[in-house]
Amino acid sequence: MNKENLAISISGMSKWYDDFKVLTDIDLSVTFGERIVICGPSGSGKSTLIRCLNHLEEHQKGSIVVDGIELYPGMKNPELVRRTVGMVFQSFNLFPHLTILENCILPQRRALKRSKEQAREVAMKFLERVKIPEQADKYPRQLSGGQQQRVAIARALCMEPKIMLFDEPTSALDPEMVSEVLDTMIELALSGITMLCVTHEMGFARKVADRVIFMDTGQIIESNAPETFFSQPKHPRAKEFLGQIL
Amino acid sequence: MNFMENLFGPFYGNMIGLLLSATRYTIYLSLAAFFGGGLLGLILTVFKISPSRILRWFATGYIWLFQSIPLLMLLFLLGLGVPTFYQIDIPPWLAAGTALTLFTSAYMSEVWRGALESIPTGQWEAGKAVGLTFMQNLCWIIAPQAFRIAIPSTVGFMIQVIKGTSMAYIIDYDDLMRWGKRIANSQLDGAEPFVVFPIVALIYFSLCFPLSLWAKHLEKQARDS
Ligand SMILES: Nc1ncnc2c1ncn2[C@@H]1O[C@H](COP(=O)(O)OP(=O)(O)OP(=O)(O)O)[C@@H](O)[C@H]1O
Ligand SMILES: [Mg+2]
Repeated sequence: MNKENLAISISGMSKWYDDFKVLTDIDLSVTFGERIVICGPSGSGKSTLIRCLNHLEEHQKGSIVVDGIELYPGMKNPELVRRTVGMVFQSFNLFPHLTILENCILPQRRALKRSKEQAREVAMKFLERVKIPEQADKYPRQLSGGQQQRVAIARALCMEPKIMLFDEPTSALDPEMVSEVLDTMIELALSGITMLCVTHEMGFARKVADRVIFMDTGQIIESNAPETFFSQPKHPRAKEFLGQIL
Repeated sequence: MNFMENLFGPFYGNMIGLLLSATRYTIYLSLAAFFGGGLLGLILTVFKISPSRILRWFATGYIWLFQSIPLLMLLFLLGLGVPTFYQIDIPPWLAAGTALTLFTSAYMSEVWRGALESIPTGQWEAGKAVGLTFMQNLCWIIAPQAFRIAIPSTVGFMIQVIKGTSMAYIIDYDDLMRWGKRIANSQLDGAEPFVVFPIVALIYFSLCFPLSLWAKHLEKQARDS
C-alpha cells in the first residue's frame, strides 16, 4: 500500500528508556478511518506506543510516519504532527485555571491562530457534541470525572484532528461514569475518525474496533478482528490476559 | 516639614523629616532591584527550563554564582572594586542597583522555577498534545498556574530586598540607613545612636510589615482555593 495514504505507518520501531527496552520492533500500519483498540498487561508498553505517535516520547530505532509526517528524535516542529493528532489522557489533564470554554478555545487560538469568534463557535459545536454545552463557563474542578473527560475529548476535537489517541480514558472514572464517556467515544468512532484506543473495555472493542492489538513486554504479539481475538486468541499470553479481564 | 515639627518639636521633627526623605531612596532602590531582578529572574527561569542545554547551563551557573556571593561582597565589588580596577566612575545608585538586581534575580528565579516544577507534567503534556509550542505552553498553560503558587513567596522576598538595600550605605548610597548613621554620628545632643537607630528600625519595620501581612494573606488565599 502507498504510505502516503496511511494514517500511521510504523516499521521496525524500538524505544529505550535509558538501557531498558520498552518497545521492540513494532510494525503497524493504520489506514484512515480505521479504529484500533490496544490492550495488554500493565507495563507492556501500550501508553509508550501511542505517546510515540504524537512525539510525547521519542523512539530510537525504526520509523514512524503519521499523516505523512516523519517523526524522528529531536525533530524540530513536533507541534505540526500534534495538530493532526488529538490525545485524551487517563487523568483528563484539563487546564484548571481556565473555564471549560476557554480550555477549548485557547489551543485553537494559539496553535491554529483562529479568531476568537471562530474558536468560540467551534468550541461550542464540540461541547454540544459531547453534550455539555451548559457547563461552558464552569471550571474543571466543578465538573464530575465523566464530564471532565468529555470536555477533554471536545478540547481535542476542536483542533479537528485526523487521528485521535486515547490512553485508558475510562480507567480513572467512577464506574457509574464510564458509560457516558464510552458513549461519546462510540459516537466519535462512528463519525469515521481514525482512532487508536488503549482500553480494557472489551464491550467497546467489540462494538467499534476494526482491529484489536495485543501487546506484551513491548511487542505486538497479536493483531486481529475483535470477534477472532476474543473467541480464538492464538497466543498463550493473550489467552491468559483475556481470562483475567473477561 | 512643618507637620513633623508641630508633631515632634523642631529638633526631632527635623530629624524624622530627614530620615523620611532618605527613605524615598530606600524605596527607589528596592523597586529597582525588585523589577530589575524580577525581569532578569524571569529570563533566567525560562533559560533554566528551556530545551536548550546551553541556556540551562548558563542559568545554572549564574544562579549558583550569585547565590553564593554575599550581597555585601557584590556591593564592594561593583561599588569599589570595578571602579578602581577600570579607573571608571560608577555612581553609588548604579552600583547598588546592579548588585541588588543580580542578587534578586538569582533568588527570584529559584522561587519561580520551584513553582513551575510543582505544576504536574500532565499539564505540559496536555499543552503539547493540543499543538502548543514550548513557549506557548509555558506562557498560557504553565506560567499562569505557577504564578498563583509563587505570588506569596515573591511578595515575601520583597521584604528581603528592602532589608538588603540597607547594606548599600557601605558604598555611599544615600538611603535611610546612611542618613541614620550620619545623624547618629553627629554628636548632637538627642541624636545618640540609641535614639536614632530605633527610629530607623521603626521606618524599616513600617515598610516591611505590611508586605509581610500581605504575603501571609496571599498564602492563606492560595491554600483556600
Ligand atoms: N519515563 C519512564 N522512564 C522509565 N521507564 C518508564 C517510563 N515510562 C514508562 N516506563 C516503563 O516502560 C514500561 C512500559 O510502560 P507503559 O506505561 O507504556 O506501559 P502500559 O502498557 O501503558 O502499562 P499500564 O497498563 O500500567 O498503563 C513499564 O515497564 C514502565 O515502567
Ligand atoms: Mg498506560
